[in-house]
Amino acid sequence: MKTLTVKAKVHNLSRVLAFINKELDSAGCSKKSTFQIDVAVEELFVNIASYAYAPGSGDVTISISISEDPAVAEITFLDAGVPYDPVSKSDPDVTLDAEKRTIGGLGIFMVKQSMDELLYDRRDDLNITTIRKKI
Amino acid sequence: MLNINKTRDGGKLCVALEGRLDTTTAPELEASLKEELDTVNELIIDLAKLEYISSAGLRVLLAAQKAMMKQGSMVVTNPNDVISEIFEVTGFSTILTIE
Repeated sequence: MKTLTVKAKVHNLSRVLAFINKELDSAGCSKKSTFQIDVAVEELFVNIASYAYAPGSGDVTISISISEDPAVAEITFLDAGVPYDPVSKSDPDVTLDAEKRTIGGLGIFMVKQSMDELLYDRRDDLNITTIRKKI
Repeated sequence: MLNINKTRDGGKLCVALEGRLDTTTAPELEASLKEELDTVNELIIDLAKLEYISSAGLRVLLAAQKAMMKQGSMVVTNPNDVISEIFEVTGFSTILTIE
């Protein structure tokens, strides 16, 4: 398992993705799965950066482990911010026309659609958010 | 990293995107469109060289679509396979005109 701790700030997104992509690359992850995992990591990280500690700041610890046979990437986000459970977030209505569409909730919806699992736990005042995907 | 290449021909604006349209680069596209969208009646957004899009990018496309519905037309061209799939999953394939 590899771990990275950064300030939960949007400007650290490229650092987080570089860390994740390095591990996915060395595991031979397909381009498509890499894209989908990048989107999921971005949506979850940006959510934490935007809301977990607002208006203050704090850290987020991201860990990645990749199992073999079956090859599954598991990525966990740990933050000590306000409780936030993305799993229970209701899905946006993706059938509305452009006039009525808003973007709220779309990021988490994309995570749920593209990952095999999205899990949430609250333990010791920490948000523990995990995604899993076969690669 | 996002490159925005704009070509203007009267009321027609073609915006070719190259690279990644994500949380960090979406504000660049938003600002770039804002500069001249008022005087555009035909907007073409070419995604041929766009590799990546997240919800932040979708938000800018939706805002542009809403603006252009009042003053003309907007077409999104050449999305790659994974971006097309994102458009499908999010329902954007029905609210955008994709060619």
